[in-house]
Amino acid sequence: MANEDFFEPEEKLNSLHRARRQFLKQSSALAAIAMASPALVKAAGNGLDEKAAGYFEKVPVQLEINGVQHKLSVEPRVTLLDLLREQLHLSGTKKGCDFGQCGACTVHVNGKRVLSCMSLAVMQDGKKVTTIEGLATGDKLHPMQEAFIKHDGFQCGYCTPGQIMSAVACVREGHANNEQEIREYMSGNICRCGTYPNIVDAITEVQKGGGAL
Amino acid sequence: MINFDYIRPSTPKAAIDAINKDASAQFIAGGTNLVDLMKRGVMNPQKLIDINNLPLRAIEQGAGVIRIGALALNSDVAEHELINKKLPLLAQALKAGASQQLRNMATVGGNMMQRTRCPYFYDTVMPCNKRNPGSGCSALKGYNRMHAIFGASNACIAVHPSDMCVALAALDAKVIVSSSKGKRRILFTDFHRLPGATPQKDNNLQRGELITTIEVPDNAAFAQRVLYTKIRDRASYAFALVSVAAALDIKGNTINAARLALGGVAHKPWRLTTAENFLKGKPANITNLQQAAQLAVREAKGFGYNNFKLKLVPNTILQTLKTITGLS
Repeated sequence: MANEDFFEPEEKLNSLHRARRQFLKQSSALAAIAMASPALVKAAGNGLDEKAAGYFEKVPVQLEINGVQHKLSVEPRVTLLDLLREQLHLSGTKKGCDFGQCGACTVHVNGKRVLSCMSLAVMQDGKKVTTIEGLATGDKLHPMQEAFIKHDGFQCGYCTPGQIMSAVACVREGHANNEQEIREYMSGNICRCGTYPNIVDAITEVQKGGGAL
Repeated sequence: MINFDYIRPSTPKAAIDAINKDASAQFIAGGTNLVDLMKRGVMNPQKLIDINNLPLRAIEQGAGVIRIGALALNSDVAEHELINKKLPLLAQALKAGASQQLRNMATVGGNMMQRTRCPYFYDTVMPCNKRNPGSGCSALKGYNRMHAIFGASNACIAVHPSDMCVALAALDAKVIVSSSKGKRRILFTDFHRLPGATPQKDNNLQRGELITTIEVPDNAAFAQRVLYTKIRDRASYAFALVSVAAALDIKGNTINAARLALGGVAHKPWRLTTAENFLKGKPANITNLQQAAQLAVREAKGFGYNNFKLKLVPNTILQTLKTITGLS
């Protein structure tokens, strides 16, 4: 849709050689700055095909994303996933199937894990969203991120943000008490590399650690 | 997805007024099925009426009934203390459905209103009488492994995909709906329809009616020996090939009453009244359980790829009843 947004901004490409975390931090900061000014939001919107944009009425939406307030304007058909990735450039949340079958797009809305590909952004007005970019505290990774690294809970990594968001929620819900329960309550996150045993190990360690998540 | 107008009323009356004003409008709650269908172009409402601000989330004890608001989330109902204590069969069925992410979005009313998962219904280039009445049924002679063995017609052999609804049908629930004409109650077993010649109609909800509450009898007799068994292609997060919701009221070794319903086998949750009546007053022994399981498939008919269900159904019923009665 937003054809400008299909291509990574140059600043972002230049930063690709840096540490991944640094990259994510920087791009979300850029997005936050861009969103702070309504004039800039409008400028970004001009990238849309003007004819198409003219037909559709945008709706104002206010969201708190990873602790930052965003006042946005979206078409009703825009999913939370597309809003995060294409408007806010928070590309940590992945688009897998886009039909609610794989879990790659899992985020937390008001503390509950949901599928952002099946959530219309306009319906999240006033809610708090946490994405994979919002888990770490500064340079310190979230314990679940540390555990996934330690236990090699990924191979290609595409499902990992969704797996980690789901895993954090799984422990918080109290659904990670044994392997069977973890497998049942993580079943909405598909990993085609088949790293399930390692994911279970990572979650088990975090659950046994008993720390506040 | 074709764009649409969006409104978010805050009272049931405003929501009902809005849908009466606009023939192409749809209610949306969790959106876990409707958004999917809109992305694929199967449903193209010109207006969505977001009902999430309506005060319909309560789960509460009433006089002789448990009341569940239509907007209660599937995960909240599944975890609710009152539901686990009084309606454990419903809690089991809910936990067997979808994934935690989807249960955190899906509502009770939306679960009832979800459409079939027949692949031909979702594939807009294929004939499908449910999507496009009169175009034909691709599943009848197609790949019909997931399809119905009970109550199907030449026009449609799709199944209703819900787990929750199977438990609610077994437990004699009622659906309370509101419209500009007032309220009415529908027996859960009368809510969904068989396809007949009009498979485009999934249920008997009239245009302009809003599901507000589900009422389930508070019957202690069906709160102890209960089991929801779901057979699927993987251990979790898949639709049922066959599922069985069973509740037995047993005194000593005698079955006072039985409640049995099947999922994944018909256009609606399939209540097994013949098998229930057979078991009533009989000793809970293996011969009686076997006969009940065989009675259940007396009117079943396969369509080729789903013929395996003709065996899977009685086997699953028997296994479920054996587990409940401790005979396994």
